[in-house]
Amino acid sequence: MGSQSDYGYDSKIEGDVVVTRVDAAINWFRKNSLWPMPMGLACCAIELMATGASRFDISRFGAEVMRFSPRQSDVMIVAGTVTYKMALSVRRIYDQMAEPKWVIAMGACASTGGMYRSYAVLQGVDNILPVDVYVAGCPPRPEALLDALLTLQKKVSREPALARLKQSR
Amino acid sequence: MSTPQEIHFRDPASRLPGQPAMAQGSVLDALGEIEGETMVLNMGPSHPATHGVLRIVLELDGERISKATPEVGYLHRGDEKIAENMTYTQFIPYTDRLDYLSPLANNVAYVLAVEKLMGIDGQLPPRCQYIRVICCELARISSHLLGIGCFAMDVGAMTVFLHTFTEREKIYDLCEKLTGARFTTSYTRIGGLARDLPPGWVEQCRKFLGEVVVNIDETEKLLTRNRIFIDRTKDVGVIPREMAIDYGLSGPNLRGSGVDRDLRKTRPYLIYPELDFEVALGSVGDCYDRYLVRMEEMRQSVRIIHQCLDRLPEGPINVPDGKTVLPPKHKVLTSMEELIHQFMLVTQGVNVPPGEIYFGADNPKGELGFYIYSRGGGTPYRLKIRSPSFVNLSVLSRLLPGHLVADITAILGSLDFVMGECDR
Amino acid sequence: MPTPPIELVRQIKSRFGDLISEPIEFRGEVTITLKDYARVAEVCAFAKEQLGCDYLIDITSVDHYGDDPRWTVVYEISSLAHGCQFRLKTDIPEEISELPTVTHVWRTADWHEREIYDMMGIRFAGHPDLRRILMWEGYPYHPLRKDFPLAGRPTDLPEVAFTRPAPLEGGPFVTTPGQPNATEREPRARETGRES
Repeated sequence: MGSQSDYGYDSKIEGDVVVTRVDAAINWFRKNSLWPMPMGLACCAIELMATGASRFDISRFGAEVMRFSPRQSDVMIVAGTVTYKMALSVRRIYDQMAEPKWVIAMGACASTGGMYRSYAVLQGVDNILPVDVYVAGCPPRPEALLDALLTLQKKVSREPALARLKQSR
Repeated sequence: MSTPQEIHFRDPASRLPGQPAMAQGSVLDALGEIEGETMVLNMGPSHPATHGVLRIVLELDGERISKATPEVGYLHRGDEKIAENMTYTQFIPYTDRLDYLSPLANNVAYVLAVEKLMGIDGQLPPRCQYIRVICCELARISSHLLGIGCFAMDVGAMTVFLHTFTEREKIYDLCEKLTGARFTTSYTRIGGLARDLPPGWVEQCRKFLGEVVVNIDETEKLLTRNRIFIDRTKDVGVIPREMAIDYGLSGPNLRGSGVDRDLRKTRPYLIYPELDFEVALGSVGDCYDRYLVRMEEMRQSVRIIHQCLDRLPEGPINVPDGKTVLPPKHKVLTSMEELIHQFMLVTQGVNVPPGEIYFGADNPKGELGFYIYSRGGGTPYRLKIRSPSFVNLSVLSRLLPGHLVADITAILGSLDFVMGECDR
Repeated sequence: MPTPPIELVRQIKSRFGDLISEPIEFRGEVTITLKDYARVAEVCAFAKEQLGCDYLIDITSVDHYGDDPRWTVVYEISSLAHGCQFRLKTDIPEEISELPTVTHVWRTADWHEREIYDMMGIRFAGHPDLRRILMWEGYPYHPLRKDFPLAGRPTDLPEVAFTRPAPLEGGPFVTTPGQPNATEREPRARETGRES
């Protein structure tokens, strides 16, 4: 939740009303309902599925709606090796996502190309997409992915949402 | 399928005075004169039901597929070229990531191939062989659980996916205790294993086996006699026996069509000849048969692991050859000969004689084969991975036409392929 | 009872005579080399129809860079009825780089041959649909050739794909296979400018 300065709340005066800044409210709505678009390419996709399954439950953080449609999702989790053949498709799908959007590069292959230093592998998805959070691991444990999601949530809560909305008008 | 109802139009022009009354024809007559074009639908590389990055270009005639062209290669990472630049031991982590649903089985298949080339596969200590068989069968259960889970999820039964994933988490726990990683285990080494079973692992494994049988029974109750599941999978994606052999299918896909080829029985390796298990065979070769074959294979794997755990002998887990297996650390730090062996093995790799071999193992997806052509030294000159998923997918262009679009997910789920293995 | 593969191989040798070399047995496997690559489809058709070798396991290609003939194509053929398998090899010189296809014998050869064309550049005459399978259409190189570097070469095909060389930082730090002695095998030998 926000810090003391975000919420001015005195139950005797306000009662059931919480007074806060628009920024904080918008960011709070956004970060607690980040709908991921799983770009599950290789082995990290299996750990992504395990994170979505019952033991590590990504649903606790509001992100269980794994929308495979880019138009309905907020964060793209690039899980797995991005080859040059696939790079154009990944970029196209990223372009189809609506603002605001974020990217988590999950695993070593998505972050830097991983152990595949070869002619066919894109050395890091940040060559074609702006990445917000990198997750290390091959594959990263589900706990690491959840940590990345929480880091992304912290990042989202710091965004100047109102200023961006006014700018885009 | 019932014929569409006749719909009669009343031609508006017939209401005008002086116009001849048009014969009231049916829609079918009207449509029959329209020359239809087939619609091209791209089931693109990013799709929830394609189990990875597979692209199928479909030409549809209404709902029926008239032509299907699968396109692979979206996960081609250059494994074979990388193998030419790595020592044999350095390549073991890459084999994990081939069929990433059953990494232990890939590890075992690869080191068995290298050991066959070196000629030491007869010298493997029995404990090592038993543990390798346990690893292979655990990997088989893990892979089939996910295969059936995703198959059911694609067909519509979401619960099965969550159930099977719970059991897979238990296998991950076992793997983590044994190898250090949940999957991507890199557990086997040339001439043996990386480390021995930790204490308490055998009891945990037995406990897991008891629980997984309960879970398989539950999945069976949910799916096997489920009216909707049967309707979606019976007589869908029928692969006749001759087609299965001609297209080189292997594993449950081949056995689902009634061909009795299980490499654990026909060209046995490790200690499979001493074990007592049956091979599940289908009869028709449709999706339902392949699902039943996988369920039965899981039960047989449980049976195999029970036998192995009961008979597990004590003893070393590595071939007693200093030139193949890393010597124990305390000897390396004190004795000259072991120091030299350690140095040679780490920098130059295992010295493999020149020659070529092919070794195929019965992996959960099919026959995973390694063709190694060696000119001596520590790195292979050419390593070819005969991937079962690559071969299994080639049947799609022949299998899909004639089916409805909705059958595609059932067929893809029942073929149970993994793109990491297909594209290497 | 499984037939030993040497029996099937002897039947092929008796049928084709001098075209087939003496069978080599190594680690329990039997390998025969076909001296005339243009007759490979005929030999395979004979194996399938007369000997019952109905299951093609794999087709592989090997690049002997610097030797002539440069290519070797290896067929792993097995028979379900006899329960055995053997290997058929054939050499193709670089100037030709073309083989007759065996897709009419075994359907599974289709994708294997496409992959060999993609990775090595050996064409197959009579193949129904010879296009690249693992790399994209229009990729100019054949990656598995020995003169193609692991890092790759830069290419650009707009709207389809691009490639950039991967940063290898001087690696991979492994020995080169098949060199006569340990000094030649060491990675440092490569840094003095020798081609690996």
